[in-house]
Amino acid sequence: MTTPITRDDVRRLMADESAQLVEVLPVAEYEDEHLPGAINLPLKEIGDRAPHLDTAKPVIVYCYDYT
Amino acid sequence: MSPRAAARLAALGFTDVYDYVAGKADWGSAGLPLEGAEGSETRAGAFARPDVPRFEPREALQTVRRRVTGTGFDTCFVVDADGVVLGRLGRTALASDADVLVDEAMTEGPSTVRPSARLAEVVERMQRQNLSGLPVTTSDGRLVGLLTRADAERALARL
Repeated sequence: MTTPITRDDVRRLMADESAQLVEVLPVAEYEDEHLPGAINLPLKEIGDRAPHLDTAKPVIVYCYDYT
Repeated sequence: MSPRAAARLAALGFTDVYDYVAGKADWGSAGLPLEGAEGSETRAGAFARPDVPRFEPREALQTVRRRVTGTGFDTCFVVDADGVVLGRLGRTALASDADVLVDEAMTEGPSTVRPSARLAEVVERMQRQNLSGLPVTTSDGRLVGLLTRADAERALARL
């Protein structure tokens, strides 16, 4: 179950619940600009690299916009 | 893309997954910081002058004229109590000796750019439209500052 959230929710989850912030765009786009505290986990690599995430903490994913 | 990523994580057993669907476009346009090689420090918001004069709509134009004189600015903005831009007073309005209120003299709804706008695009627009500057506002309309064309061109040359 995935919950859509706003930027205020992002800030709250980061501050209060130590959420893991994940940009799912390719590495070049992440290197250009990303939210503070975000790690890069490109969509195509999620299956291989998701084990690096902590299942006990919330995960917030984002890309550029709604597309 | 992020909904697919969220679905993948859920399928992999993550139970507490959130999707910030509006993404970094929304984050940057709200004036919040972005890190990276082309992060916030390279964007329009970083070069906007936050000290551009701003006034409330019910102030007298002549009071505003006096207060703008000597600030180094030849334009100022009219904002509401939340800092949302309502209008702009340009050189012509600020040269007028009319006994009116600011909201009668201002140009309503001036063109704006977001803090996350790329400098190259803003400069190109200013040059194409022969603008001396553009107000930088967040996505909810709050004034960040004035980006002058001279500042933008100078900053772009150094990037």
